[in-house]
Amino acid sequence: MAVKATVTFGNQFFTSRLEKVVGWARKYSIFQYPFVTACCGMEYMAVAAGHYDMDRFGAGLPRFSPRQSDVLFVVGTISHKIAPVLKTTYDQMCEPKWVVAFGVCTCTGGFYDDYATVMGIDTIIPVHLYIPGCPPRPETVLDGLIKLQERIQNERQELFHGS
Amino acid sequence: MAPDSLTLRKLKERFPGSVLAVHSYRGDDTAVVKGEDLVSVARFLKEDPELQYNFLMDLTAVDYLGQEPFDSPQRVVLGSAQEGIRFEVVYHFYSLPLNQRVRIKVPVPESDPTVDSVTGLWAGANWFEREVWDMFGIRFKGHPDLRRILLYDGFEGHPLQKDYPLRKRQPRIGPQV
Repeated sequence: MAVKATVTFGNQFFTSRLEKVVGWARKYSIFQYPFVTACCGMEYMAVAAGHYDMDRFGAGLPRFSPRQSDVLFVVGTISHKIAPVLKTTYDQMCEPKWVVAFGVCTCTGGFYDDYATVMGIDTIIPVHLYIPGCPPRPETVLDGLIKLQERIQNERQELFHGS
Repeated sequence: MAPDSLTLRKLKERFPGSVLAVHSYRGDDTAVVKGEDLVSVARFLKEDPELQYNFLMDLTAVDYLGQEPFDSPQRVVLGSAQEGIRFEVVYHFYSLPLNQRVRIKVPVPESDPTVDSVTGLWAGANWFEREVWDMFGIRFKGHPDLRRILLYDGFEGHPLQKDYPLRKRQPRIGPQV
């Protein structure tokens, strides 16, 4: 994309590639959808609450509708029974969208190698970031979030449908 | 060995042909009962004024695939007389007025894993029996709505059966390993 953006602040100005500006805006305004099913939810709450404060990284607004969110946080064990719900939730999100597998159950199934558990949510929906741990420490989650932001910044920004 | 409790004595007296074995271990009474007489035994336990087992605490099953069904610690063999006994369904009754418990076991053959439902006596048996159907594949005759309760329609097999493959993958998710 070769479109240039010019932003002026009083007498000063700087130029940038539009794609970079859009990436910058997107990575610091993550609206998340927490799909919380299990104990990892407590750790998610710890990251979101004041002490670790996800809001410092621009991911402070959990939306409780997938249609308003950018990043799907899948937090906790996904069973076969709830798998279609997760797929529907993912399908309802608007582009651009990213998926975070939070905790080892969502990454691989964890120690639940059994009849009821999905062996990693990437068997159902695409995953952009895996955060292992049982549950992951808040620092791990923040590290993962920063890595996701790098990815969002550096990927090709689709501005219009089909562009 | 201590003499049988009132419950076990009354059961043996009232149903001499149905009670296959009884034992008592540290105050826990157990009676093994023929499947076809389960409902009448349960009704007797519930309605007899000296017993009043009015609360069904638990209903579950055991799969004894590849071994004789036995009951520890005395190793009371449950199914040796009949060929093909594989499962047993276990009922725990509690008498709220008398503060007593009794355990009833029913041997179930592999060829026809069916037991009469006790939902007519305890409405609470409804979900227990659905769970046993879901996990063990034992049917309950007379149950008003025998569907899977924890798993979903389309699940293949009954996962708490001992011969359910450990690494089996279900068609909803797959792939087969």
